[in-house]
Amino acid sequence: MSTNESKDTNNNRRQFLGAAVATAAVTLAPGVKVIGLAQAKPLDQPVSDKNRWGLLIDSNKCSSGCSSCVDACATENGIEKIHGPETDPQWIRKVTVRHKESGKESSLPLMCQHCENPPCVDVCPTGASFRREDGIVLVDRHTCIGCRYCMMACPYKARSFVHEELTNQVEYVPRGKGCVESCTLCVQRIDEVNGPRDPACVEACAGENHNAIIFGDLNDKYSDISQEMRSYQTRQLRADLDLNTGVRYRGV
Amino acid sequence: MIGDQSMSKFLTILATLTVLLIGSTVSAGTPKPLPNLDDVKGDKCVAPKDVIRVEHKYYLLHQRDETMRKGIRTKEHSLKNCINCHIVKGDNGKPVTIKDDRHFCKSCHTYASVQIDCFQCHASKPSPRPAAVEK
Repeated sequence: MSTNESKDTNNNRRQFLGAAVATAAVTLAPGVKVIGLAQAKPLDQPVSDKNRWGLLIDSNKCSSGCSSCVDACATENGIEKIHGPETDPQWIRKVTVRHKESGKESSLPLMCQHCENPPCVDVCPTGASFRREDGIVLVDRHTCIGCRYCMMACPYKARSFVHEELTNQVEYVPRGKGCVESCTLCVQRIDEVNGPRDPACVEACAGENHNAIIFGDLNDKYSDISQEMRSYQTRQLRADLDLNTGVRYRGV
Repeated sequence: MIGDQSMSKFLTILATLTVLLIGSTVSAGTPKPLPNLDDVKGDKCVAPKDVIRVEHKYYLLHQRDETMRKGIRTKEHSLKNCINCHIVKGDNGKPVTIKDDRHFCKSCHTYASVQIDCFQCHASKPSPRPAAVEK
């Protein structure tokens, strides 16, 4: 009896200590790899709705002449210039919006907004356009027939069609002619074995010292993005469509 | 006499048949040599040879959906893993792409007369990740 009790006490102590260490690791080093390790998903486990990945873009910090997020996206995902912006795939576009009355202009990067209720998924006739459990909206090119309904359905004009035969794809981003594609939130980085790493655009923006884009888990109330969204007024683009976007904006 | 006539008829038919037979053999050509499947990194595949030869397509198809839809990224049956091991080096010492007849996948599928579409989208040679976009 007494041995049992002491075992129980030991176990409780261990659990308590374990929890204390975990909390310390998270609070001591916010935004550093420790967080990533804490959230690392084993490679053989499916993604779950425990996470919802998103971006917060502060247009006040975004410089109108800068396009380093667009360039970094192209490098990361192997998007090459072919015939120019009319027909080339664009995963991020730099957009300038102007307030009708005040004339206030804001510059912002616009990409797939990773909606919770994505119109592109609703209209897809083959099920190729889908939303992953963790909130990332993707195109399964194995089933995409290139009908481009999703491109018409998307209110953000976020999707592109690949018109040309491609040869220089990078190994972790398969892309090809005849399919629709859009921002994947750098899903290959999110699924990494050491835990999610910032998408290429976020990394590039920080590299320019603009820090206009924050990546994080909207479901985790301690993540940088959630804390920022709690402290400041943020908005969804076309909030009237009730899509609950994963990409939010400030200063627009 | 009658025996001679039928004999010559028989010989004619035989000659025609022989010519036809030889002709067809020539047009079919000599059988192609088996592709070389031994240029690989490491000492063994993820499954025994006779299993992987028959089953690899099913492994890949299964893994494809697991990775695409669920984000399961185990390496064992991933196409990337095949590509990273079965490297055939070209004349310049660099891995060849699917355009080269010596490419591991291509050599065998050409031999078996099977057309695969994987490499319209997937990279057919290992591609190192570009340097991280940092300051």
